[in-house]
Amino acid sequence: MSISKIWVLAETADSKPTSITLELLTFARGLNATVEAIGWGEGAESAAAEIGNFGATAFNVVTDVNDSLPGVPVAGAIANAVSSGNGPDLLLIGATYDGRDIAARLSAKLNLPVLTNVTGLEQSGEGIIAHHSIFGGTQIAKTKFTTDSTPQIFVVRAKTFTAEAAGGAAATVNTLTAGDLGAVNAAKIVSRHVEERSGPKLDEADVVVSGGRGLSDKANYSLIEELAKLLKGAPGASRAIVDAGWVPYSYQVGQTGKTVKPTVYLACGISGATQHLVGMKNAKNIIAINKDPEAPIFSVADLGIVGDAQKVLPKLIEELKARA
Amino acid sequence: MNVVICVKQIPDPAAPGELDPNTNNLKRDSKLIMDDSDSYGVEMGLQLAESSGGGEVTLVSMAPNSETSGLRTALAMGAGKALLISDEALAGSDALSTAKVLAATIKKAQPDLIIAATESSDGYTGTTPVQLAEILGLPAVTFAKKISVEGSSIKVERQTEAGYDEVSCPLPAVVTVTAGVVEPRYPNFKGIMAAKSKPVEEFKVSDLGLSADEVGNTGARQVVFEVIAAEARQAGEKIVDEGEAHKDIISFLEKLKLI
Repeated sequence: MSISKIWVLAETADSKPTSITLELLTFARGLNATVEAIGWGEGAESAAAEIGNFGATAFNVVTDVNDSLPGVPVAGAIANAVSSGNGPDLLLIGATYDGRDIAARLSAKLNLPVLTNVTGLEQSGEGIIAHHSIFGGTQIAKTKFTTDSTPQIFVVRAKTFTAEAAGGAAATVNTLTAGDLGAVNAAKIVSRHVEERSGPKLDEADVVVSGGRGLSDKANYSLIEELAKLLKGAPGASRAIVDAGWVPYSYQVGQTGKTVKPTVYLACGISGATQHLVGMKNAKNIIAINKDPEAPIFSVADLGIVGDAQKVLPKLIEELKARA
Repeated sequence: MNVVICVKQIPDPAAPGELDPNTNNLKRDSKLIMDDSDSYGVEMGLQLAESSGGGEVTLVSMAPNSETSGLRTALAMGAGKALLISDEALAGSDALSTAKVLAATIKKAQPDLIIAATESSDGYTGTTPVQLAEILGLPAVTFAKKISVEGSSIKVERQTEAGYDEVSCPLPAVVTVTAGVVEPRYPNFKGIMAAKSKPVEEFKVSDLGLSADEVGNTGARQVVFEVIAAEARQAGEKIVDEGEAHKDIISFLEKLKLI
């Protein structure tokens, strides 16, 4: 099938497109098709210049999301565009909280399959092929759709592509509406709470310091936060300590969490289960501290410290403070 | 309040996963266990049913070979009964087909609240709960950290990039629960014994009013056509800490000009 129009889900934070949005736009504009963005919310228009700079000619903004969770109305507006013949052939969505909601709603609404956890995309003679990192990142599964129905929906993990500006003019803003969607649209945001987290976001940070079970106790996670702060990085976590309730799900690095690709990743007291490796294996440099010399994390570490993170981290923190 | 909890029975995550060389589907023919990710939803469902004055807690699961061992774990925790869909025609189903099967089954239980994990630990597609909400014509609140029932609606703290949103949603609704938000109870001996005799009702695709070509490999409309080895990462230097290893980290970070 040929692709003539691509829509990239454009999410914004503080009126700026998020990094995953720019990564997807960068990939999309290499495909020889019209590239447009689809987003929502008040003030979204102010992201039009940056969205154009990364290659979209138009920014379609859904104007009636209001206080709904975005999944239903944004999927509704895309479905309206599809049914009126103005929809895209290809829809690229970031694997974010709202992106996943939108993809799933749209898939069921249009009775179309969706490919998720994409870690690579390539164009072939038969259409778009998706890559998925499986079994701890040791293998790559290649998938494709076997239907010609459009839009083809791909949900792509962060850091799959590197964002590069194209220098395009500001995207033309068009407005879309979802209309009345009835009962499915009944989930409403009552209030928004920002949890103060100084420093960069986990999936955008240049340095990520993650902790795992080897820290022994929830209280010791403060070592991870302190070290991350000293290195101007972000704190992360293995699934084990998220499951144990030490830190929220948003901290989780791995298969069922976030993908990170920092300059340096410090894994402290993390054994390196396949679940975790998928999310951090493509960091440029990996430092691991673990008591077990046979821990799988050492097979991917550029610098492996066989030792107790609870002993190494305080000394490391002290030394960094002394230098500050 | 009647609660349905979606439970996935998966191969033991501690054992290395394997693909069927003919279909590239994940092999699911070994003994299956309850996905740990679902234990939070089961606990949440039990707590909410109790705090709202009781009601039925029903498990729904789709699994090969009439597998019930994972369901027995959740029944031992306290769920009342289970609906199981097991049919050879389902092998190779994608997330949307799975959602169609689960939705058709859930309708039979007429729940007020449907709970699922945010994603499974094996396939981790992460779309099935919202797809089934759409098929059932229900609202969904995903990535819940906290849920409380207030009359005929729920109040949910939903994880966001910046923190969380407080979301209000009328019932019936679908909610996905993030891991670690409640402490799943360990089944006690009495629970384990009781679970053995709790009802597990089994269905085939034909019992659900679905056609065989909507599910399984045909219904999936997507295919894993090739599996290749990823570029392997080389292990670097390994040092045994004798009290000074933090200095090696310092010089590593210095070389990268990060400090």
